[in-house]
Amino acid sequence: MKVLVAVKRVIDYNVKVRVKADNTGVDLTNIKMAMNPFCEIAVEEAVRLKEKGVASEIIVVSIGPKVAQEQIRTALALGADRGILIETEEEVQSLQAAKLLKAVVDEEQPQLVILGKQSIDSDNNQTGQMLAALAGMPQGTFASEVVVDGDKVSVTREVDGGLMTVALNLPAVVTTDLRLNEPRYASLPNIMKAKKKPLDVKAPADLGVELKASLAITKVEEPPVRSAGIKVADVAELVDKLKNEAKVI
Amino acid sequence: MSILVIADHDNASLKPVTLNVLSAAKAIGGDIDVLVAGEGCGAAAEAAAKADGVAKVLVADNAAYGHHLAENLSLLVADLGKGYSHVLTSAGTTGKDFLPRVAALLDVAQISDIIRVESADTFVRPIYAGNAIATVQSSDAVKVITVRGTGFDPVSGEGGSAAVEAIDNVQDAGKSAFVSEEMAKSDRPELTAAEIVISGGRGMQNGDNFKILESVADKLGAGVGASRAAVDAGFVPNDMQVGQTGKIVAPNLYIAVGISGAIQHLAGMSGSKVIVAINKDEEAPIFQVADYGLVADLFEAVPALDAAL
Repeated sequence: MKVLVAVKRVIDYNVKVRVKADNTGVDLTNIKMAMNPFCEIAVEEAVRLKEKGVASEIIVVSIGPKVAQEQIRTALALGADRGILIETEEEVQSLQAAKLLKAVVDEEQPQLVILGKQSIDSDNNQTGQMLAALAGMPQGTFASEVVVDGDKVSVTREVDGGLMTVALNLPAVVTTDLRLNEPRYASLPNIMKAKKKPLDVKAPADLGVELKASLAITKVEEPPVRSAGIKVADVAELVDKLKNEAKVI
Repeated sequence: MSILVIADHDNASLKPVTLNVLSAAKAIGGDIDVLVAGEGCGAAAEAAAKADGVAKVLVADNAAYGHHLAENLSLLVADLGKGYSHVLTSAGTTGKDFLPRVAALLDVAQISDIIRVESADTFVRPIYAGNAIATVQSSDAVKVITVRGTGFDPVSGEGGSAAVEAIDNVQDAGKSAFVSEEMAKSDRPELTAAEIVISGGRGMQNGDNFKILESVADKLGAGVGASRAAVDAGFVPNDMQVGQTGKIVAPNLYIAVGISGAIQHLAGMSGSKVIVAINKDEEAPIFQVADYGLVADLFEAVPALDAAL
């Protein structure tokens, strides 16, 4: 079974985010970039499926600037077989990303597509679901367990208040949540080997997709700054403040 | 303008967050219809009809919608939604699951997790886990939006008398099936919907000690959360995690107990109206965002708080 995994290059999750002074966005100059954490989980899940003999080939795809090849190489070092970069310097919104991935799905015909549930930059949580709709596939979002069984996949989903398991006909889309697995680190020999794995570069136009964004970000601001309040002496004063000053209990 | 709000419900009752979504719809302005799609969902539909500001409640009652499977629900909502200027639902796991499919089927963008309405086409939403706030303008014919409930005060759930209209529109994609559900058995509110949240961190020392938080939580009707440190240490399950990679909460009152206040945690709770920190380390960063700080040993302070309530 062929598995397609999508990965995104984002700001490293350990880096403190700073809003640009002119409020046009977030300052990414000289900032450490990395694979989106949820995408790392997606790659790991695909690799585990291959180790179990369920997946025969793992194709990793990314959409972004030329340097996003780094994240594809990381995925190749973790165990993916080949990469595709859809190269663009433009900002790609979720619907356009889903259309590009749909075009790759049409070409590659994977049985399973695994994506992170969201990227930690735009926090949209949309692309996997949009891809599934465009490709006419069922979806298992926010997965904490994925079991492929014949022509179906059973996905346990993290939903508000608990877990829900669904059975999906393959081909299907799965988006990963935190508990699905703990991604491994790439070993040095595998990092070296990954440099020789095939990486195909395409332009959005090659896939017949026009990058037409319908959302405009008109302003990006710092969140309201919270200032430190007061220190209370004891529990009695705390309860009094909460009751009579803040009026929240 | 006309707005379609897709209700959050469990068939038997309407989830309160629907009232917050209706509040966002009111801020946009226009006629508001509510869709209740489910199986045996008449009671939820009746409750929706009583909510303030609702013109009409559409009820799609069919086994295909029983478990809110995204494949089926999105076909229904896309079919109905093309007749509206806005389609809204809450940013819970159901809305996040089916609504992007609706947007894709309508060939429009989705605006996720809005916390404010600037105008009929401009909305405010957090990005980078709340470390930046973006204003987003949409040029799409249909605006497809998920609403973060805590960003909007709920409308009244009483006093309305909207017409309830059954619709005969069964969409079954036939590609997915519900297997089972395992819901946490708790009388406490869900973290993201709770008005009060009390969370423990590494300072709790073990999972057993969370009982002292639960006791306070039960007196306050609060949800119980945890920091990533407490989750990573194995004290409590992952679904209790508040923070950038866990749940984002914004209750009226957030009580952080034995939590130092790492950036990752602050990103998940700094939208709370009032923050209380209880920590024995007076240098802990959590005190920089707390409205009320108590420098104390939590194993003395929390039982004392419990007794005082």
